[in-house]
Amino acid sequence: MTTATTGTKAVKGAVGTAHTRLEGRDKVTGAARYAAEIPFAELAHGWLVLSTVARGRVRSLDTAPVLGMPGVLSVLHHENAPRLDTDYVGMLGAPDPTAAVFQHDRVPHLGWPVALVVAETSEQAREAAEALLVHYEEEPHDVAFSAGRPDAYEAAGFGPAVTEKGDLEAELAASAVVVDEEYTTPEEHHNSMEPHAATALWDGGRLEVVDSNQGTTWVASELANMFSLDPGSVRVRSEHVGGGFGSKGLRAHQVAAVMAATVLQRPVRVVMTRRQTFSLAGYRSPTAQRIRLGADAGGRLRALDHDSLNLTSTVHEFVEGSAGVARTMYDADAHRTATRLVRLDVPTPTFMRAPGEAPGSFALESALDELAEKCGIDPIELRARNKPERGPVSGLPFSSHHLLDCFREGARRFGWADRDPRPGLRRDGRWLLGTGTAAAHFGAGAAPSTAAVTAEADGTFTVRISAADIGTGARTALTLVAADALEVTPDRVRVRIGDSDFGPAFIAGGSMGTRSWAWAVTAAATELRERLALNTGIPPEGITIRSDTTAAIGALAQKERHSFGAQFAEVAVDPTTGEVRVRRMLGIFAAGRIVNPLTARSQFLGGMIWGISMALHEEAVRDRASGGLYGADLAGYHVAAHADIPAIEADWVGEPDPDDPVGIKGIGEIGIVGAAAAIANAVWHATGVRHRNLPIRPDRVLLGGTAEAGTGAPRA
Amino acid sequence: MREFGYQRAHDVSGAVALLGADPDARFLGGGTNLVDLMKTGVERPARLVDVRELPLGRIESTDDGGLRIGATVTNSDLAAHPEVRRRYPALTQAVLAGASGQLRNMATVGGNLLQRTRCGYFADVTKPCNKRVPGSGCPAIEGEHHNHAILGASGHCVATHPSDMGVALAAFDAVVSYETADGSGELPFAEFYLPVGDTPHLETALPPGALITGVTLPPAPVAARSRYRKVRERASYAFAIGSIAAALDVRDGVVREVRLAFGAVASRPWRARTAELALTGAPADAETFAAAADAELAAAEPLPHNGYKVTLMRNLVVAELTRLAEEAAR
Repeated sequence: MTTATTGTKAVKGAVGTAHTRLEGRDKVTGAARYAAEIPFAELAHGWLVLSTVARGRVRSLDTAPVLGMPGVLSVLHHENAPRLDTDYVGMLGAPDPTAAVFQHDRVPHLGWPVALVVAETSEQAREAAEALLVHYEEEPHDVAFSAGRPDAYEAAGFGPAVTEKGDLEAELAASAVVVDEEYTTPEEHHNSMEPHAATALWDGGRLEVVDSNQGTTWVASELANMFSLDPGSVRVRSEHVGGGFGSKGLRAHQVAAVMAATVLQRPVRVVMTRRQTFSLAGYRSPTAQRIRLGADAGGRLRALDHDSLNLTSTVHEFVEGSAGVARTMYDADAHRTATRLVRLDVPTPTFMRAPGEAPGSFALESALDELAEKCGIDPIELRARNKPERGPVSGLPFSSHHLLDCFREGARRFGWADRDPRPGLRRDGRWLLGTGTAAAHFGAGAAPSTAAVTAEADGTFTVRISAADIGTGARTALTLVAADALEVTPDRVRVRIGDSDFGPAFIAGGSMGTRSWAWAVTAAATELRERLALNTGIPPEGITIRSDTTAAIGALAQKERHSFGAQFAEVAVDPTTGEVRVRRMLGIFAAGRIVNPLTARSQFLGGMIWGISMALHEEAVRDRASGGLYGADLAGYHVAAHADIPAIEADWVGEPDPDDPVGIKGIGEIGIVGAAAAIANAVWHATGVRHRNLPIRPDRVLLGGTAEAGTGAPRA
Repeated sequence: MREFGYQRAHDVSGAVALLGADPDARFLGGGTNLVDLMKTGVERPARLVDVRELPLGRIESTDDGGLRIGATVTNSDLAAHPEVRRRYPALTQAVLAGASGQLRNMATVGGNLLQRTRCGYFADVTKPCNKRVPGSGCPAIEGEHHNHAILGASGHCVATHPSDMGVALAAFDAVVSYETADGSGELPFAEFYLPVGDTPHLETALPPGALITGVTLPPAPVAARSRYRKVRERASYAFAIGSIAAALDVRDGVVREVRLAFGAVASRPWRARTAELALTGAPADAETFAAAADAELAAAEPLPHNGYKVTLMRNLVVAELTRLAEEAAR
């Protein structure tokens, strides 16, 4: 039975009060088992062998000696692996062939899976995998990403390739003030604490996969498609997930595990090593963005052009939609945005926390700060003067737009009113001090999901939904949402997630998970409560109500729906060494109803901390000679350490959005948006020198030097 | 994983005998570097001889007023030792600037001296590296090298030595003691690391099979006023992009004695003797400090992307000597 979905009514109760994670104790005591820790009888272990060339063909593999090594059961490769179907369109589009392993002899990038060695133990599999000789026919490769690539082309993805209105050149020419700058962000990786791991087995004619992912029904449907299986015959479970950040969809390890389990007819586990995740788990493309802003003397935008180039692999298109930021944030008489791609011999990039918005906001919000400087207008006032009335590209009204509330509250708490806008004036010993701000936004979407809520005979309730808790606290949040919809206390509600058998539901991604799932849970729970109010009694098997939000979401009025935020940062810069330290940071967000303030604050802070990391540390360096990464481990790829994280605070303004049926918006990504720009703008305020290339490394700051206030002239 | 033999030694001669100058065997100290390298396949020893239980875990004053530090003293114990803190404060600061608390609890003095470069090409067995596979080439020279050497490198290798501790030991004229089957020996720190030349895989002057037994710091009154400063790409838990150990004795505005050593600029901790010579007897002012730094760095041969280190080291020399001079004036 499927219920007609109704809107939620405001209930006072569990939602909005702080709750520790339901599984927190299990996690910190080690009782919670992650995908690679769950025991199976007769388990065999697969180890992926990755290519050591960046382009070419596999000529041959010397499997015979490896098959004779202790414990080795099988070597799968393109000559003997089961065939896969990749000609389908999944939940998020056509599959990235990167996951469809061992289908041909082509090597499109360094770190491409060329074989899976399966053995009785993980150690035996690894030793054999490292001993496997693979012969390649090597071809010249090209991994050089740069703004001036002549082979770049306009590409659509998560939005159109190009949006245009008005006469850009004419408006730029007529503008009193013009900013025309290029900004770059490097290749960045989202290495979660828990590496990707999957165990596959056949059980009574069904394929079972125990995995770590961001959506069990998503991965199950991809596997069913690839292996041409009936969707009902694939079950994927993912109970605890040690971080995903966009990287945990269908990847080589699940497909390889299913292949091996099918061939050997016993459970097979494949776990990625840390180094392997750098080529198999996706990453954020580097970007080269050009921003052109034209404004009248009062700072009102007449022209806005946001052009963003990113790379993708030769086997799959992925667009880092950085120019999409301008499609929401600022309008202008002439408005143009464009996303362009260049195809290189590299792994396919993928979603990484705030895809598009994280690098896009760095460029656009830095440019806004430059415009404020040139106009002599406070950066917050500049944003106030350019608040759009409707979506700049869509023309649709905003369901709510509380950006300026965030700036007002943030400015008050940060002490912005006392700020002297002139750069390079404040000193604390060897440190130059500066402050900066930037705006943030992220779309508040929802996608169809199903849920089941059961009233048990013992007076408790069980919620089943194939949601994913990737460390966000989703399990806890859904418990609070269900409790309020049922009008009971949370201790009577048990939420079960991470099992594709619970039916279709959206993934933990796009800041849409909690919003989408809460909608489905609320719908089922509300109907169940109404049913129980009839006092018909509860049979031993309980009463179960199912919901499906497809129709309700389809009927949602077309509007611009977003979370907004304001980021503030204070930095200290030592101009003699180039060291930059963030001294304090504040983020104020308008992100709908906050379900669990405790975990929500952590999620905002996590995003902001990642923003510090993005601004100052993170950079994967691609080695042009080999085509692979230099220092592909967590010693070489720096993320912020504890000592880099200062007094940091996140809070939110109340955001009534009567037009929104659930009221919950996404908070997963917005914390990182604008954070790097706020820090870069603060570095300018400290030193007088703009840093338009991330990360703002010591060598860049040292060579950039300092500039006299107002002159912009380097003094170094 | 590859199987390897493991033996635990209980005394120095036993350890040396167990190793037997076998080129496929390694001494195992804290394992904070060697075990990582074994996991990545850079090191593939057939046997490990664990020396953690050798009776080399003490720090003692020598008769002449120096310190003798046993090879298995942990970084944590070295940094915390009251006599180290009093007589050689830069050594404590250097050790504490490195790694993390957990690693310092494991890492040993002997192992610290023998740790390998953190060059990303060296650490990746799929890439060429003259230090790892002699004759295979050095991709860093044309490739990624923004944290590579500016001093004393060669066309065969531009890797840096990663140690912080070693920079302070270089400044304080440490002497490394070792034991072989033929008896014991000593190497002054200046001779301990070999020049890079065309043999970057040969890193120290230790005879084959030698076990480091300790490090002796000669008395150095100037060291009581010393500092270590480390610049890195994040606030903690990163190797230096430039570091300096400095000690200064100033009387009547004139430099009487100075010690300077640089980290992260060469294949070994770099004693800045040219700068020391320029400083000794000169006025203790910023101009002299800068000129001395320039004299030392005149030998620098930066690559396209690490020239900033010349500026960085010059600035560090001026900043740290100025601070030491100011402290002396108080």
